[in-house]
Amino acid sequence: MSQSISSQNIKSVLAPNPGISGQSNQQSSSLGDFIQETLALTQRLFIQLQRRPSTLVAGIIQPFMWLVLFGALFSKAPSGLFGTDLSYAKFLAPGVIVFTAFSGALNAGLPVMFDREFGFLNRLLVAPLSSRYSIVAASTVYIIALSFIQTAVIVLASAILGAGLPGLAGLSAIALIVFLIVLGVTALSLGLAFALPGHIELIAVIFVTNLPLLFASTALAPLSFMADWLQVIASLNPLTYAIEPIRYIYGHGDWAINSIVMDTPWFGFSFGAVILVLLAFDALILLAIQPLLRRRFA
Amino acid sequence: MSAAVLIENLQKSYGDVQAVKDISFTVQPGEIFGLLGPNGAGKTTTIRCLCTLAKPDAGKIEVGGISAVASPKAVRQRLGYVAQEVAIDKVLTGRELLKLQAALYHLPQKIIGDRIQQLIEVLGLEEYANKKTGTYSGGIRKRLDLAAGLLHQPEVLILDEPTVGLDIESRMVVWEFLQELRSAGTTVLITSHYLEEIDALADRLAIIDRGVVIAEGKPSELKDKLGGDRVTLRIREFTSDEEADKAKHILESLSFVEEVIINAVQGNSLNLIVKSGQSSLSKIEQSLAEVELPTFSLAQSRPSLDDVYLAATGQTIMDAQIASSSARDLKKEKKQQMK
Repeated sequence: MSQSISSQNIKSVLAPNPGISGQSNQQSSSLGDFIQETLALTQRLFIQLQRRPSTLVAGIIQPFMWLVLFGALFSKAPSGLFGTDLSYAKFLAPGVIVFTAFSGALNAGLPVMFDREFGFLNRLLVAPLSSRYSIVAASTVYIIALSFIQTAVIVLASAILGAGLPGLAGLSAIALIVFLIVLGVTALSLGLAFALPGHIELIAVIFVTNLPLLFASTALAPLSFMADWLQVIASLNPLTYAIEPIRYIYGHGDWAINSIVMDTPWFGFSFGAVILVLLAFDALILLAIQPLLRRRFA
Repeated sequence: MSAAVLIENLQKSYGDVQAVKDISFTVQPGEIFGLLGPNGAGKTTTIRCLCTLAKPDAGKIEVGGISAVASPKAVRQRLGYVAQEVAIDKVLTGRELLKLQAALYHLPQKIIGDRIQQLIEVLGLEEYANKKTGTYSGGIRKRLDLAAGLLHQPEVLILDEPTVGLDIESRMVVWEFLQELRSAGTTVLITSHYLEEIDALADRLAIIDRGVVIAEGKPSELKDKLGGDRVTLRIREFTSDEEADKAKHILESLSFVEEVIINAVQGNSLNLIVKSGQSSLSKIEQSLAEVELPTFSLAQSRPSLDDVYLAATGQTIMDAQIASSSARDLKKEKKQQMK
């Protein structure tokens, strides 16, 4: 089919044509442009995932090992230790769900950092993007989708390991909480990817943030087990605000928006209050990264 | 009609390094314009400012009469940019990369497939389009990047050192393609430290040295302005200092010889500037024979762009290239460009 093109055709292919992108009706299509560029950038990330699935595979194997190993570590703990009628498998599942989503989101900035270092980001920055926030939006959509896949696998694996399966409303609530924690942490990581000098620094930040935040949360042990000072830290840790409501859902078939799902040294939080805290966390981070992004995107 | 690219008194510093001190030039629509200079002269910084990747500290940059500082998006739409180091996503196929690029430039969905196919055919990429770009050779990568830069049919295509690291065959492909592009009406701005590249391609050029423009014009004009012919003389394959000095004295006394330089690096060969249009060579040989000095080789040529650069800076581009590459901290520069 592909017979060689005539020289006249070559000319028309190579000739300048400023109207090709419909510049005349610029105004009307800027939302359409934003969607087009965001989808294309998201698609790139998914093609990468499809051809190099090792991150996702590791991201599923790791939480699975957390479940199996930590589950075995405390399997002979006295019953009732982790609260009434809560096996350690049930106790652990919410912690692993949130921590896995958190770790994935914390790494969100790495591909962007590598794009910066390899010059691929320049390809995006010289293009007439309707808004450079599409770069951030694409990464966020991608990471949230990944977290949902991981969460689904952990929920299923936990069910098999004896944690039970929450109902449809419970699963939806878990999805909402995962979405909120991933959104904030992804935004933070992307902000750092534009602010830090290189991937070494970003990896260092990820390294010192990741495990300490895990141990300073209620992912592995309840608040009541902790030293007083750690209780204070854990009660300020956003991870705790994501773990505790999910744990409540796992432990109680009958939960409602005003159920007290979380105790802190100061007062209890209802399900609705926890969601508000997570929303505030997201809003705070989105505001905080504005100057970092604007410096580069201006 | 406004100039395709207008740069006026551009200044840009990174930290305490003044990469561009004062650069002005104008690119007319439909021409190939060359920016010639050794590495570190400020070419890439100028291009980065033009492509809106860096904000100039001072000066005017316009593309088709539109300011790159005031309306960066409109300028981005009008420019195609082929960077020096082609940044491609190794996991994507060529066609997938072009699709991404098409979306970033907001080509209408219904023409994207056809447009990509056209460019794949024009650039001879049929065989490679569905393979991952990680498998491409340097020449194929460059062709893919040319396709990507031209997808949105820009008014001006900018190429930063497009043939560095390419084999001779790929380099010829790029040269021929750029000439084709010009005949189709696209303006081309190309930077290079290869004299022959700019000489062969550029309708006009600016020579840049240490952040300033030292000459601007047509290659032939710049060379003619220098005047005279260049003569290279070797008395022996390796001439002794005494003989070279002796020859220099004799040759300087000839009426048509304007300047004689002993080039110690090249085995004490002698470089002469002589008035053009004279039968200089036989007279030179004759006057050397009179004092019993032999002639190993003797050649006369018109001045080259390198002579233009030499006359303005006192060194050849190759020497400047070697001097600058040892003085530069490339890692530091890259860091600064990432900021």
